[in-house]
Amino acid sequence: MIDTFDLTLPAERWSVLLGPSGVGKTSLLRLIAGLPCAARLDGRIAASDGAPLAPRVAMMAQDDQLLPWASALDNVMIGARLRGDRPQRDLARGLLVDVGLGDRAARKPAQLSAGQRQRVALARTLYEDRAVVLLDEPFSALDVLTRHRMQDMAARLLHGRTVVLITHDPAEAIRLADRAWIVSRKGIAPCGLPDDIPPRAPEAAATLAAQAALLQRMRRFCAPRAA
Amino acid sequence: MRSVGRRFWRGTTAFLVAIALWQAVVGLTGVPRFILPGPGLVAQALWDNGALIWENALWSAGNLGLGLVIGIVLGVETALLLTLSRRARWLLRPMLVVAQAVPVFALAPVITLWMGYGMPSKIVTIALVTYFPVASALFDRLMALPTGLADLSHLAGAERWRETLLLRLPHAVPGLITGLRLAVVYGPLAVLIGEWVGSSQGLGHLMLMANGRGQTALMFAALFVLATLSLALWVIVEALSRWSVRRLSSA
Repeated sequence: MIDTFDLTLPAERWSVLLGPSGVGKTSLLRLIAGLPCAARLDGRIAASDGAPLAPRVAMMAQDDQLLPWASALDNVMIGARLRGDRPQRDLARGLLVDVGLGDRAARKPAQLSAGQRQRVALARTLYEDRAVVLLDEPFSALDVLTRHRMQDMAARLLHGRTVVLITHDPAEAIRLADRAWIVSRKGIAPCGLPDDIPPRAPEAAATLAAQAALLQRMRRFCAPRAA
Repeated sequence: MRSVGRRFWRGTTAFLVAIALWQAVVGLTGVPRFILPGPGLVAQALWDNGALIWENALWSAGNLGLGLVIGIVLGVETALLLTLSRRARWLLRPMLVVAQAVPVFALAPVITLWMGYGMPSKIVTIALVTYFPVASALFDRLMALPTGLADLSHLAGAERWRETLLLRLPHAVPGLITGLRLAVVYGPLAVLIGEWVGSSQGLGHLMLMANGRGQTALMFAALFVLATLSLALWVIVEALSRWSVRRLSSA
């Protein structure tokens, strides 16, 4: 998959890894999180403070990964239960209010829309209160309006954390990134971003121009090899 | 509630149609009553031998209930033990696979030889045929935790037993239901085979006796009671299945 690369992700900022499916973005994220992964890593992943990274990581994926048998509230607190900590109901309720689901705490995932389920997953990620948050295309299965709302909400609620977002959508990269890279089989290359602070307005001229430029670049950079 | 009522009527209608067909076959072919008695004769036999059938049915049902409970409890325990302990998996999993390949019904004579003609040999036979499907269906599902949930547990640094209790077990309930469905099919079979191999009581014994004396109607009556028993168990598992689907997924 990806060959050789050296990537430094800034702390307390949104780093976006943009690339087509199948280049190993998810594997990279799983390696950072210390999760079992088919890919082999010849090298090192380390935090600048030298402390191990894996225990400080929370993750959110495209599939909401909620427990179908548990209420929204119980889903938010599952991390505490798995660790054997006392679940903090008030904290979890507060987080559900933050993601706009204060009145849905008792609902089960099947009774929620895809967007609402993803918001429960966001609340669960926030409950973990980790310094590093890994997002594996968490918004890509949502319709465009819901996706924009989720992006704004995630940008607001994850502010101040070190976020790594994986996406195949240049618009999402331009909206949310403090730093962004294009990932392809050829390697990893940084890409330019507008000067303003994310989350950027999706309709702003600078955002749209950057998005178009990035798409152009992706098409060249990620072109499939001649068969 | 309406759908329960509808299902009940559908079942009753099917039952009545089957009885009518049976009567028609007997009436049209004029088959002798010691080969195939009509439904009326069987009902008569059921009525006339009520006390005898009831006594034997009680014995069989008691064995079946006890055997099922023992088999299910041991099956669940085995599945959990295998899930929790890598060593137990290493040692017991091949044994479970080999044991699955042995037709447990073929062991009934051996079990009777070792444990006699009384209740213990029957209960052990029933428990054995229940144990394997429950243990293996539940275990398969316990080990098949979806990646997303496994990640959740991994990131939280959950201990194996907490992961099993909070994630694997609720996820594996459909596997348990599958095991129970098989158990309530095999259980009544084991009752019959256990009693045919050697017993002085029970519905299977009654069937053999009735057959030997040419009381075909009584044999059918005993069979009918055993079928009713099977159906009751099936209804219980079905209700359990519906309840668990409701409880574990949506409302």
